Amino acid sequence: MKTILVTVLVAVLVITLAQVEASQLLNGAGATFPYPLYSAWAYDYNKVTGVQLNYQSIGSGGGVKQITARTVHFGASDDPMKPEDQAKAKLLQFPAVIGGVVPVANLENVKPGQLRLDADTLCKIFLGDIKKWSDPRITKANAGIKLPDGEITVVYRSDGSGTTAIFTNYLAETCPSWKEKVGAGKAVKFPVGIGGKGNEGVANYIKRKANSIGYVEFAYAKQNKLDYAQLKNKAGNFVEPGFASFEDAAETGDFDAKKGFYLWLTNAPGKQSWPIAGATFILLAQEKTDVNKKTVKFFDWAFKNGDNKAKELVYVPLPKSLKDKVRAYWKANGMQQ
Amino acid sequence: MAITLKRKNPVDLIFSSITGLASLSVILFIIGIMYVLVSESSLAIERFGILKFLSSTEWNPVKEDFGALTNIYGTVLTTVLSLLFAIPVAVGIAIFVTEIAPNFLKGPIGVAIELLAAIPSIIYGMWGLFTLSPIMSNYIEPVLKKFTANIPLINILFQGTPMGIDILTASVILSIMIIPFTASIARDSFNLTPAVVKESAYAIGATQWEVVKNVVLPYSKLGVFGGSVLSLGRALGETMAVAFVLGNNHRITTSLLDAAATITVTLANEFAEADNDVYLSSLFYLALVLFVMSFITLAIAKFFLLRAERKYSR
Repeated sequence: MKTILVTVLVAVLVITLAQVEASQLLNGAGATFPYPLYSAWAYDYNKVTGVQLNYQSIGSGGGVKQITARTVHFGASDDPMKPEDQAKAKLLQFPAVIGGVVPVANLENVKPGQLRLDADTLCKIFLGDIKKWSDPRITKANAGIKLPDGEITVVYRSDGSGTTAIFTNYLAETCPSWKEKVGAGKAVKFPVGIGGKGNEGVANYIKRKANSIGYVEFAYAKQNKLDYAQLKNKAGNFVEPGFASFEDAAETGDFDAKKGFYLWLTNAPGKQSWPIAGATFILLAQEKTDVNKKTVKFFDWAFKNGDNKAKELVYVPLPKSLKDKVRAYWKANGMQQ
Repeated sequence: MAITLKRKNPVDLIFSSITGLASLSVILFIIGIMYVLVSESSLAIERFGILKFLSSTEWNPVKEDFGALTNIYGTVLTTVLSLLFAIPVAVGIAIFVTEIAPNFLKGPIGVAIELLAAIPSIIYGMWGLFTLSPIMSNYIEPVLKKFTANIPLINILFQGTPMGIDILTASVILSIMIIPFTASIARDSFNLTPAVVKESAYAIGATQWEVVKNVVLPYSKLGVFGGSVLSLGRALGETMAVAFVLGNNHRITTSLLDAAATITVTLANEFAEADNDVYLSSLFYLALVLFVMSFITLAIAKFFLLRAERKYSR
């Protein structure tokens, strides 16, 4: 009899605890790109507030599907969702952190950051129009360095990814023939080149193949010290990829709260802007105000306290002006007092 | 008489119905999978039809135009090549283990083969990307290219720059993966050869080579064939080992040094980020094609294995 009583008591206790736990739990799912950062933020946030955040990195497409089906508290996506799609699925959207894509090459005697490319040249290389590094269209902007006469090998991502989406959106925006022949998306039909799986696959190819060029996420290029190139931005300046140039892009990019911040952050107009950047977004269900308040509280905390952690993990925090816009958006939608 | 007695026993009745249900669930699972594949791919079936989907080489997510031929081509080519590499080695292993090896070696070799089968395929994939692929591109492929450069027709197979991420590397990895299956089935078939027949052959003065060639192999060729088709089924469906070293290139190439795509590799690479309905549906359609292909190969394998058993187990 005694043992039964104890068992029942323990069971009741466990169930009550679990309920407390459930109210302190936030479930999110989506993009793989910001996963390391969200989990680092979640770890620190849990220490401060006791709220637990579970984030499943199942891919942007899955994140959109799950929040549309309302099976998670928030979704995350590297793809900005169009205002009309947001309205259709009754979703709210705001950017959480900035990332970017960097062209990297393997050229003998060329140091990181020495190679200079503009949008048109990059596009022609990826279209297969420019076949050799000694092509005058490349050498014109690279008078100071000696480029090899070898044939160019293009390397692209073979798996569907937000990195490819940002990169192809940039090419489609700046280069009409790319838009017409290839288009933009997470997976596109590249006219030339070979495909590597993931950032590591692309980097591995480029390291092994002389005279190759490809594109990887900024964080990956930085951590692995790949030979990145300078790009000419919309303002006409050659810029290096780095925190400053990404922040400049985010600051000058035309994020509009009315459109739910829908924007491909490519070809930003700032003087020092890196042209191939992109925000990664959080999606919330319009009607779930109570849950959204909790989610927003987390991101508000992260905006205040998480910048250093973000930089440590090579993510670019939102600039102050954009954070203020996002906070105003939260208030306007009743998710923050 | 024994059966009717069993039926009267309630425990036996429960026992037999539970086992029956367990077996029935397998069939239900297969029907369920088939149903999901067909219903999820119905959008793509409607849009592209069957013949057009199977014969189109287009794979363009941006323009939402999909066809399976490049994927089927890659799947069939890597599978056939890997069988070409694997079967001679596997049959050699089986002959050595059953006929030639001294007893103290049989155990260790058998265990080693089974261990090869126990390695998860993702490990083959990583090993392929970081170890095998540099070896292929630096040493093996340039040599192949050099030797075949002046042979007409064959040199077409080795055109292009050796990158190590190509059909050849993928086939080599696949062949290593399927050797254990082929070898163990071949070994079992060889063991079916009646000892009396072999001993008679030795008694009339046949050499070891002659016994294997004229007695063991003819006796077990159907079994070996069936085993090979079973490995073929496995090679058809293999994903992770190939995904890292094949490149996911939706083009039909004649050179073995080019990247390609198989059905499973396309699914693994593109499923997570397939964001529009036609795209997703086409991926399901591809899976359905693979399901049917696997089904047919397994049916062929079963047919031959059954025939082999009927012929020799008497």
